[in-house]
Amino acid sequence: MTATIPAPAETPYRDRKRYAWLLSVIAPLGAPAGPFLYMQTGDTFWLWVFLVGFYLGTTALDLLFGEDLSNPPESEVPRLEADQYYRYITWAVVPVLWFGFLYNVIFLATHPELAWYHWLAVATVTGSMLGFGLNLGHELGHKKSWIDRKFALFTLSLGFYGHFAVEHNRGHHRHVATPEDPASSRMGENIYRFATRELPGGFFRAWDLESERMERLGKSDWSLDNEIIQGWLISVPLYAGLVAYYGSVMVPILLFIAFWGMFQLTSANYIEHYGLVRRKLANGRYEQCQPHHSWNSNHIASNLVVFHLQRHSDHHAHPTRAYQSLRDFPELPRLPVGYFGMFMAAYVPPLWFSLMNHRLVEAVGGDASRINFEPAKKARLMKRYGIRDVASPVANTTTRERAAVEQAAEGA
Amino acid sequence: MSRYQCPECGFVYDEKTGDAYQGYPPGTRFADLPDDYNCPDCSVRDKPDFVKLDDVDAPASPR
Repeated sequence: MTATIPAPAETPYRDRKRYAWLLSVIAPLGAPAGPFLYMQTGDTFWLWVFLVGFYLGTTALDLLFGEDLSNPPESEVPRLEADQYYRYITWAVVPVLWFGFLYNVIFLATHPELAWYHWLAVATVTGSMLGFGLNLGHELGHKKSWIDRKFALFTLSLGFYGHFAVEHNRGHHRHVATPEDPASSRMGENIYRFATRELPGGFFRAWDLESERMERLGKSDWSLDNEIIQGWLISVPLYAGLVAYYGSVMVPILLFIAFWGMFQLTSANYIEHYGLVRRKLANGRYEQCQPHHSWNSNHIASNLVVFHLQRHSDHHAHPTRAYQSLRDFPELPRLPVGYFGMFMAAYVPPLWFSLMNHRLVEAVGGDASRINFEPAKKARLMKRYGIRDVASPVANTTTRERAAVEQAAEGA
Repeated sequence: MSRYQCPECGFVYDEKTGDAYQGYPPGTRFADLPDDYNCPDCSVRDKPDFVKLDDVDAPASPR
């Protein structure tokens, strides 16, 4: 006799990463934890451990825990995005960052006995924490509500980078993976050369965008409605107040920390679209941004501390999707580890090129028309990597066609 | 007066209300927006991609 086994009741979807996202709130606390523990113990070990932890530790965890390829079911995405918990934990990072920044700059200004290398370790880890802040400002800056966007401005201003929300949303997203975009790196371009294009290019693009908007509103460029001015109205009193209270000792501290913070963003921009390009259509427009126009990383450890920023392919194809619902897709350009490890590789250009150039060529099928080249190096790179001018046709995929592909990805 | 929708994120440009933030006063026709107009919410779709809402059955966005 055979017993009929009842079909199991359908289990409701549960987001396994729901509480793990709290790591994105806790991770920036590593920056002030170092000076705090040093003051408790007198051991300079604490001034270094979190800096090493951010870059080497997270990379080691990426290698240990590997990739998370899971996607939330598309039917659950509206519920995930409406769940205010995910929003509130992004807000919770704002006071963490302000506290960490003030704690560390005051620590440096009041501890003149520190050896220069210990000073450098604390300043660097604080700048890295501002990198977490730029990441938070990125997530909040994509939101439509007034309060999210003001939290973004408040956070970005900590690193004197209030123009980022304008530049990123209305500049970079629009022109991403094109030769015209100062925030998309080119094959053969090292990060230091890229920084000379990206840092001023991003600022002036943001200024021009706000200047055009002010003109339409019939207002001066220097109007308080200009979001770049709004950012300066937070940054200038903050920085000037710290210098006025603590004296000139604060100047190099703030300069170095703000520089390292913005350089973390430059580093992210450098690795996110390296060499990838959207091709021009017959009508003169660029093909629509698709997931394969960004490098993706599914590494779980680093993704959990950066609010899924590394699922960058979905983010650029669908910029208004919230971090908790970003997806992986098959056949994406894939980074070998998460951003922390890739940043270190980028800082040593020969290592970066040896890691990434062949991956780029594989990702685009050796097709020169799909590569954003550093112009002066194009011929040399084509010869070295066997890249061909095959001029494969550009598919101007419609949104509906892409939705079909993405549904297939969901089922994969 | 018509409404036009971004096919990526669902943003709607309503000619009746214009877009005060972007500096387009009420009554500004979609056709009169600059040629390089693009979606102020997602930035990945341009003016020619917008869909006149009267012409679509379901305005839900296929994200």
